[in-house]
Amino acid sequence: MKEYKTITEVSGPLVYAEVDEPIGYDEIVEIETPSGETKRGQVLESEEGIVAIQVFEGTTGIDRNASVRFLGETLKMPVTEDLLGRVLDGSGNPIDGGPEIVPDERRDIVGAAINPYSREYPEDFIQTGVSAIDGMNTLVRGQKLPIFSGSGLPHNDLALQIARQATVPEEEGEGDDGSEFAVIFGAMGITQEEANEFMEDFERTGALERSVVFMNLADDPAVERTVTPRLALTTAEYLAFDKGYHVLVVLTDMTNYCEALREIGAAREEVPGRRGYPGYMYTDLAQLYERAGRLKDRDGSVTQIPILTMPGDDDTHPIPDLTGYITEGQIMMDRPLHSQGVQPPVNVLPSLSRLMDDGIGEGLTRADHADVSDQMYAAYAEGEDLRDLVNIVGREALSERDNKYLDFADAFESQFVEQGFDTDRTIDETLELGWDLLSTLPKTELNRVDEELIEEHYREDAAAAGDEAEEVSAD
Amino acid sequence: MSQASETETTDGTGRIKSVSGPVVTAVDLDARMNDVVYVGDEGLMGEVIEIEGDVTTIQVYEETSGIAPGEPVENTGEPLTVDLGPGMLDAIYDGVQRPLDVLEEKMGSAFLDRGVDAPGIDLEKEWEFTPEVEAGDSVEPGDVVGVVPETVTIDHKVMVPPDYEGGVVESIEEGSFNVEEAVVTLENGEEVTMRQEWPVREKRPTVEKRTPREPLVSGQRILDGLFPIAKGGTAAIPGPFGSGKTVTQHSLAKFADADIVVYVGCGERGNEMTEVIEDFPELEDPKNGNSLMARTSLIANTSNMPVAARESCVYTGITIAEYYRDMGYDVALMADSTSRWAEAMREISSRLEEMPGEEGYPAYLAARLAEFYERAGYFENLNGTEGSVSAIGAVSPPGGDFSEPVTQNTLRIVKTFWALDADLAERRHFPAINWNESYSLYQEQLDPWFQENVAEDWSERRQWAVDTLDEEGELQEIVQLVGKDALPEDQQLTLEVARYLREGYLQQNAFIDVDMYCPPEKTYAILSTIQTYNDEAFDALDAGVPIEDITAIDAAPKLNRIATQEDWETYVAELKEELTEQLRSLY
Repeated sequence: MKEYKTITEVSGPLVYAEVDEPIGYDEIVEIETPSGETKRGQVLESEEGIVAIQVFEGTTGIDRNASVRFLGETLKMPVTEDLLGRVLDGSGNPIDGGPEIVPDERRDIVGAAINPYSREYPEDFIQTGVSAIDGMNTLVRGQKLPIFSGSGLPHNDLALQIARQATVPEEEGEGDDGSEFAVIFGAMGITQEEANEFMEDFERTGALERSVVFMNLADDPAVERTVTPRLALTTAEYLAFDKGYHVLVVLTDMTNYCEALREIGAAREEVPGRRGYPGYMYTDLAQLYERAGRLKDRDGSVTQIPILTMPGDDDTHPIPDLTGYITEGQIMMDRPLHSQGVQPPVNVLPSLSRLMDDGIGEGLTRADHADVSDQMYAAYAEGEDLRDLVNIVGREALSERDNKYLDFADAFESQFVEQGFDTDRTIDETLELGWDLLSTLPKTELNRVDEELIEEHYREDAAAAGDEAEEVSAD
Repeated sequence: MSQASETETTDGTGRIKSVSGPVVTAVDLDARMNDVVYVGDEGLMGEVIEIEGDVTTIQVYEETSGIAPGEPVENTGEPLTVDLGPGMLDAIYDGVQRPLDVLEEKMGSAFLDRGVDAPGIDLEKEWEFTPEVEAGDSVEPGDVVGVVPETVTIDHKVMVPPDYEGGVVESIEEGSFNVEEAVVTLENGEEVTMRQEWPVREKRPTVEKRTPREPLVSGQRILDGLFPIAKGGTAAIPGPFGSGKTVTQHSLAKFADADIVVYVGCGERGNEMTEVIEDFPELEDPKNGNSLMARTSLIANTSNMPVAARESCVYTGITIAEYYRDMGYDVALMADSTSRWAEAMREISSRLEEMPGEEGYPAYLAARLAEFYERAGYFENLNGTEGSVSAIGAVSPPGGDFSEPVTQNTLRIVKTFWALDADLAERRHFPAINWNESYSLYQEQLDPWFQENVAEDWSERRQWAVDTLDEEGELQEIVQLVGKDALPEDQQLTLEVARYLREGYLQQNAFIDVDMYCPPEKTYAILSTIQTYNDEAFDALDAGVPIEDITAIDAAPKLNRIATQEDWETYVAELKEELTEQLRSLY
């Protein structure tokens, strides 16, 4: 391997070096600084005579005398089942003091696209134990469902709750804990404190032994963040499609990832797209998010829960916007609900699970699931609308029907969505709770529910009780 | 360049000068603009997009990791073409017409490897050819010389390629042949096979474009009822994420009364394409009960597949559509989403360091979009038959903001606009098509068809529905301020009627078997029932019946259930009577 001492320019995370042999695009580079430190990087642009290198660990300490070695291969992740239970840094090196990792195989981290013909459509219901998700925005195995959050909202608690509670109910009791998920956790630019929170929870619940943790912290180099999720997903694909695990990948925080992309773009003096983010961000994000799913004739699956904090809680910001166009829905965290103390503060109205319709219903969850969720959406939306009106005209000016909707919306938030981060509700409990709430509305209002299902589940007494209560208060 | 023909290198071989993502430059390459080239030792497929002095710029349709300067670049000397012939239906292709099932087999993996080529149609498979002309007959370019049963639904017409001279038929075969064997020989020596090649960026010739007069019946109430599209028409469906673009596109692909459907998944989700691949073979064609795949050709470039192939996939799609149009079929093309195509142009353009136009899109964005939609239309073909290509493009505006360039440039061209609305989607009003913003410029030219084939008063009833919904929109603004009960009784009743229009007529459940497809007759019946309720209720109100009593009748909520009735004809007849009876009994 040839060594070059030909660096001509260092600019931000980029290093330009002259070469006299052809260097492959995306190839891995090692740069040794005069002080003996070795940094890794990747070829971003290869031209005859000169290459642009993006350095993962930051360019501090690199000068024109630093030596550059091209390793002749693209970035690889050493994969093995033994990774479960390990904690690695953002570049994939162990940081838990455990033994060295002996890989079964080394996989290219830029995963090839899955042939759509080879995919299997995801339709296995995952019970997360969270009503706002299970009941209203059902997650299925092989889905990519991000959490759209804002700074200061408890998205991490929700992600942990899902990681802890996620099961596939029908497989329970078949032994081999076949329904348990292996969790891959990819942290990008999160603070040490947040990281500790995650680690403590993993250790407390014993989840660590079925997890692989990748940690790129806030003070780690930003460019490394562009690699961390790819390492995590390469590991996930290996465990899922080679070893048959059902893998849940939690990536946090995608906003930091996108900031890193922007930083590199700016350093390369590229023509920026919206808000300075590179024009290829859609393609780049898609290359991460699309690495979820199931394959024909394979047992495992990769389910992704990326977390992103929306700058200024704005869901039209390029990061949530592009994400929403790629992922199969989104779970939206809501600041007003959070300040009301609702845990988890999930606003179901802008939330969505695109794969829900095929993952629920008879034989999967329950026959009434779709209708119940539809009706609750419509009723909650109506109640929400009326709230604006109440602020102007007051409750007394509204009809009895409108008042019922207002009560429904309140109860929906305080009983259905609110459950705390430690409560694990089965899908039956969630749906029964739904019927409790729907039964406070008159039967005739339930126009989205099949008549037979209303007969079966509607609680006559609840409606009557509601009426009585109202009459009493009216007196 | 077609994957089927021999890949002889016709011109000088060049070598790579630089690599940056999907853009590669080469030197010493003797190539014309838009020629297809094979790049690097692995032979990755690419297309020439710029020539400057000795430096040729190439967009590569595959991942370029590991490709280094100095590696060879071979020119095929031909532009990007598709293979046209029997076998395109019931097939699924990537953006450059490589069949994905064949790729899976060749690569032996679920992941898309690179440098693997496959012809667009099976070259070995034999088809039963039945001649339609005899030796001695004279044929022109475009003429049909024979027929092949391609699927249970579709007879594939074998045509003289448009770029042939034509002439007297010397000999014609009958029986089983593969697509490369000549079935017809002309006296001038031209041989007609079942396979043609056509460059994707060039439109196939026709005699003339005509005004479309027939609707493309979609089975979606809000579309057929309020905003119809014509066979040969163009439509755009813009909407923010989660508003139901893809579900609407899928519904159209399933139920539109076209002969052939070409579905282009451009830069969208892998699972969505898988859904189509799994669902369509099991769904019935509403026209004849055969499998839906028998009339469908799928093109899938998912969002994580190479960006350059995304740029080409809409062209591949429309070329296939035009080919079936030439046979005299009505073809519907869905492109989901054209924004991803535009973004692919932007990405390539920015790598070329071209001067950007609006929001970084290249200055030629509007021209490319117009060029694409202009390939749709109702045509008289070279062989005298009439056929159509309807183009329906989804648009994904960033942040749901319709003022962005792709939406705006598309709206300047298309004549039907179905605006999806995040607000409606949030309250699970599906299809979330906003009735105030959407429009169809085909209404007038299609009305005669609806009047003749569905009901005389089709357009009057539609106008009534539109007026009522408009009025509701205005009233809602007042309600937001003072509450519903402060309105006069007749306005309260209008709100009530409009609610039934929204819930019982405009909403349609794509996931319930009886409701996913609604024939125009049923669309009409639901609307007329609601109008019956409206008329009777206003009569009652005039007679002095209080509004509370009118809205409380128990037949009214049934208006929302017509859509989900198997036997809707009886249900509607009974409901109309019941409504009339109950309302008249009040006074």
